[in-house]
Amino acid sequence: MDVLLDNSDLYVRGFVTTLQLFALSAVGSLVLGAFLAMLRVSPVPVFRSAGSLYVTVVRNTPLTLVFLFFAFAWNLLEIVRISFFTAAVTALTVYTAAFVCEVFRSGINTVPVGQAEAARAIGLTFGQTLGQIILPQATRSVFPPMVSTLIALLKNTTIAAGFSVFEAGGIRQNLSERGEPVLEGLLWVAAIFVLLVIPLTLLQRALEKRWSVAR
Amino acid sequence: MDKFFGPLHVLKDINLEVPRGQVVVVLGPSGSGKSTLCRTINRLEPINSGVIAIDGKDLPAEGKALAGLRADVGMVFQQFNLFAHKTILENVTLGPLKVRRTEKAEAEQRARQLLERVGIANQADKYPAQLSGGQQQRAAIARALAMKPKVMLFDEPTSALDPEMVQEVLDTMTDLAKEGMTMLVVTHEMGFARKAADRVIFMADGEVVEDSTPEDFFKAPKSDRARDFLGKILTH
Ligand SMILES: Nc1ncnc2c1ncn2[C@@H]1O[C@H](COP(=O)(O)OP(=O)(O)OP(=O)(O)O)[C@@H](O)[C@H]1O
Ligand SMILES: [Mg+2]
Repeated sequence: MDVLLDNSDLYVRGFVTTLQLFALSAVGSLVLGAFLAMLRVSPVPVFRSAGSLYVTVVRNTPLTLVFLFFAFAWNLLEIVRISFFTAAVTALTVYTAAFVCEVFRSGINTVPVGQAEAARAIGLTFGQTLGQIILPQATRSVFPPMVSTLIALLKNTTIAAGFSVFEAGGIRQNLSERGEPVLEGLLWVAAIFVLLVIPLTLLQRALEKRWSVAR
Repeated sequence: MDKFFGPLHVLKDINLEVPRGQVVVVLGPSGSGKSTLCRTINRLEPINSGVIAIDGKDLPAEGKALAGLRADVGMVFQQFNLFAHKTILENVTLGPLKVRRTEKAEAEQRARQLLERVGIANQADKYPAQLSGGQQQRAAIARALAMKPKVMLFDEPTSALDPEMVQEVLDTMTDLAKEGMTMLVVTHEMGFARKAADRVIFMADGEVVEDSTPEDFFKAPKSDRARDFLGKILTH
């Protein structure tokens, strides 16, 4: 307990940054991932190819490499200079969006094709078919893997510490510089991560319950 | 028009004109292209050459304009394909609300009339899975009619039904035919073809082999393929 209380400034600062990284990249990757999923199920072949190229490339690249690119290589391109924090959010968003896309897409694939055909046959547009018929039916099968993806994102934020962003993953190093017991300090970091994951799991349960009643 | 699936030529030089109010029954052995013909007419499948026009208007290739013209073509599927997460009433009102931009009260009133007409008014607030196959198919017919289509396509509407439910769906279709709806019906129900059809088209290997009246077709089929087909169907 002493380690935690004596260094509460470190823990608070670290986890606040972790939560900021998480929240921003969660929103970003949900939006980008949904867009990519739309590309992947689009009737236009070029869009479909673009979507699957993105997923294939990004999903098979280690996250550290994505971080390296945005933290160092990006500013060499001299388009818009970005801070390490922005680089971290961008890397996490770009990376997680590929997984979010696949979660949406496999959810969409659980809906029988006849549903989309009937929707098109009464004259609904592509967007209406997706919004009125496909997504509402895909939602239930999307929640569990989506929460897992978000939990993975939360843990992936700790890579940012290696790229000059002080977040929870950087607490250990700061503790050892202050001469504090590192192992105990790390256990506290782990415990707080568990506490952060619990609301996500509860959210998943609540949503699953709600959608299973609604059908 | 012509239609290919890769190298497979599934619809060969089809040239068909259906006047308003005509009821056409399409017959033919499995794989002859009957479903594909239905699906190309509202472009669930694109065609490779030729044109398809409805009420004088060519079907556009993609996008909003296509969605608009599709709304004029009602389609009834073998597997019903009712929207599983919506009630029967919502299934029937969705098209009018989202495509035709009808007022909600008006759409619901008309949907209830249509459900009454197909004999399932008391099922309006249930979900599709709670209905029998025959009731689901009649709901699907009501859903298609709600768009006030110019033509109705039926792809084996009774093939997925238990035998005791076939008649209720055929009766609904017969009523529709009597009321003057333009219909293209793929079916193996010879009773319906005899009673309700104005015209019979027999397809084999992607071609229209015979095009005649029900009396002529059933009494004196001209081609060997059709004789062979009728022999198999009628002995069952
Ligand atoms: N999506 C598809 N991709 C490739 N080939 C297809 C596809 N759909 C149909 N075919 C082929 O096209 C041909 C015509 O099929 P279609 O379903 O139109 O026949 P059908 O007359 O409706 O047969 P059935 O009486 O069995 O329903 C068949 O050879 C079939 O294998
Ligand atoms: Mg068929």
